[in-house]
Amino acid sequence: MRAGLRQMNILSPARAKWLGVALIALTLIGLPFALSSVGTAWVRIANLAILFTFLALGLNIVVGFAGLLDLGYIAFYAVGAYAYALLASPHFDLHLPFWVILPIGALVACLFGVLLGAPTLKLRGDYLAIVTLGFGEIVRIFLNNLSQPVNITNGPQGISRIDPFSFGSFSFSQNETIVGLAFSGPIKYYYILLALLLLAIVVNLRLQHSRIGRAWEAIREDEVAARAMGIDTTRIKLLAFAMGASFGGIAGGMFAAIQSFISPESFVLVESIMVLSMVVLGGMGNVWGVVLGAVLLSFVPELLRYTVEPLQQSLFGRSIIEPEVIRMLLFGMALVLMMLYRPAGLLPSAVRKRELTKPQGREA
Amino acid sequence: MDIFLQQIINGLTLGSVYAVVALGYTMVYGIIQLINFAHGELVMIGAMVAFSVIGALAGTQLPPVLIVLAGILVAVPVCMAVGYTMERIAYRPLRGAPRLAPLITAIGISIILQHVALLVWSRNPLAFPQIIPLVSFNVGGAIITGVQIAIILTSLLMMVGLTLMVYRTKLGIAMRATSQNPQVAGLMGIDIDRIIAFTFIVGAGLAAVAGVMVGTYYGIAHYSMGSLLGMKAFSAAVLGGIGNLAGAMLGGILLGVVEALGAGYIGDLTNNVFGSNYQDVFAFLMLIAVLVFRPSGLLGERVGDRA
Repeated sequence: MRAGLRQMNILSPARAKWLGVALIALTLIGLPFALSSVGTAWVRIANLAILFTFLALGLNIVVGFAGLLDLGYIAFYAVGAYAYALLASPHFDLHLPFWVILPIGALVACLFGVLLGAPTLKLRGDYLAIVTLGFGEIVRIFLNNLSQPVNITNGPQGISRIDPFSFGSFSFSQNETIVGLAFSGPIKYYYILLALLLLAIVVNLRLQHSRIGRAWEAIREDEVAARAMGIDTTRIKLLAFAMGASFGGIAGGMFAAIQSFISPESFVLVESIMVLSMVVLGGMGNVWGVVLGAVLLSFVPELLRYTVEPLQQSLFGRSIIEPEVIRMLLFGMALVLMMLYRPAGLLPSAVRKRELTKPQGREA
Repeated sequence: MDIFLQQIINGLTLGSVYAVVALGYTMVYGIIQLINFAHGELVMIGAMVAFSVIGALAGTQLPPVLIVLAGILVAVPVCMAVGYTMERIAYRPLRGAPRLAPLITAIGISIILQHVALLVWSRNPLAFPQIIPLVSFNVGGAIITGVQIAIILTSLLMMVGLTLMVYRTKLGIAMRATSQNPQVAGLMGIDIDRIIAFTFIVGAGLAAVAGVMVGTYYGIAHYSMGSLLGMKAFSAAVLGGIGNLAGAMLGGILLGVVEALGAGYIGDLTNNVFGSNYQDVFAFLMLIAVLVFRPSGLLGERVGDRA
């Protein structure tokens, strides 16, 4: 059964499936050029969508695999972003190459994850939720205030002119023409992001049915039983937490490079909620579900921005509901409605579905 | 010395508000083991509704006390209705579900309430109209205002009232029975659904009053005021021992005092490396410290280690 699942996920023998994969691959490769004909803004939106999918996959390890509710996930993203910004910008006049900084960012974020997780993961899960929520706030407060007495984060102004990714003289921020095709900066980033996303998907898929993945599943279903089976639950949960944090750190570094400007404003609670909504909407624990959820929740709000706003303008002559509010209401509704009517997500993982719909008697 | 006393007074004021909000968290947690993330939003809605009423009545010649009372009298039922609806729609259907599910809906509800409030009242904060004359008393070099006295007294009144209700009435007995063992309570003829709904309603009522108090204290109310206050109050509830009424009161007051003293002295203690802008950090650091050293809280007996 398990081997069968693995085959279905990665190497299905069916030809039709390969054809499908080839089609999707071609679409993904061609997508930025199609989007840039509509407008470069859409390529940027696609880039951010990939970045958030990456983040959602990281959070999926924590929430989906290990069943730990992390409400301050964006803090690790922030740590990664600031690590990149401080090591590759005129702020400290450090300009390390990105392949050095991204691992550093991942490591620092991981360290924060361990520092936060070690004391709280011993306790029942709900505490983790509130502690991570608090941690997210603390990180933001520090980012906002660590401009005195030594200017580390530059406070609310944030850090600007962050170096783009580059190999030698090949910079990811310049326009270039390769074999007759015009590659703009965002398009180049698109491909590197896509590659990293693929890596993240593979890591997620491989983790899911590994020894560790099965331990997470056991803890999620019944922690006491898992411990009785000899799983060091605290350590395994900490591993999930640290791994999720590293994903956040890498994503943060990429965010800093792409935007070339970061400030504490980008790392508010709302962003944590957004990533969580992606995981929940798609299906906690199901890699493809999470990807679907992340893509949906990245693009739908943008589509709304371009449709609802003009619609309101033409109907009422002014904007009554801001797109931002619609976006947030959408996230909130996604969380509530999914939990009520389809707790295992749009594309539920089989195990998760069984767990979440298991009748347990009325009182618990 | 007068700075010390002043910070204690400020801390007691804010602490008693935290205590009242923490009671709501702890009651709900005690009865269904759920962290009601949306509880902070109830505080916000209470403040916003009351401010709207107070703002509308500010032009009339009514005495200020009556105006504020009218605000509270409108805010409390509104919050109770929201609290009840929340329980019915989002929590009751998930009572048998795994713990993660109601936590996630709670977050969703909190986001929804916040943005519905944004739609209703817009992004701009509501200001408390200048109707209350500024009365202040000098206590040993420190100043205590009339508003502060009113807040502390109101909180005390509510804490006493709640304690009496939980320990002296039939309804209170039913609540305690439900929190100890819902199945058996059900067998004894207690309508658990009603008792749980009632718990939410009482908590929401307390939150509404707390919202009016904190709004009056700071002079403004806005749509996003609930989340931070809620987090702090939850920290207070954990500090005191979650599920324990006396613990929530103690934790709230303690947190208020620690925060005030911390904000007052952190600059001196650290040579101005850290300033009072770190005030909001104390609650969380304290929360983490409590979880590390005494997870059951100051007054809690139950060990917080159930998966």
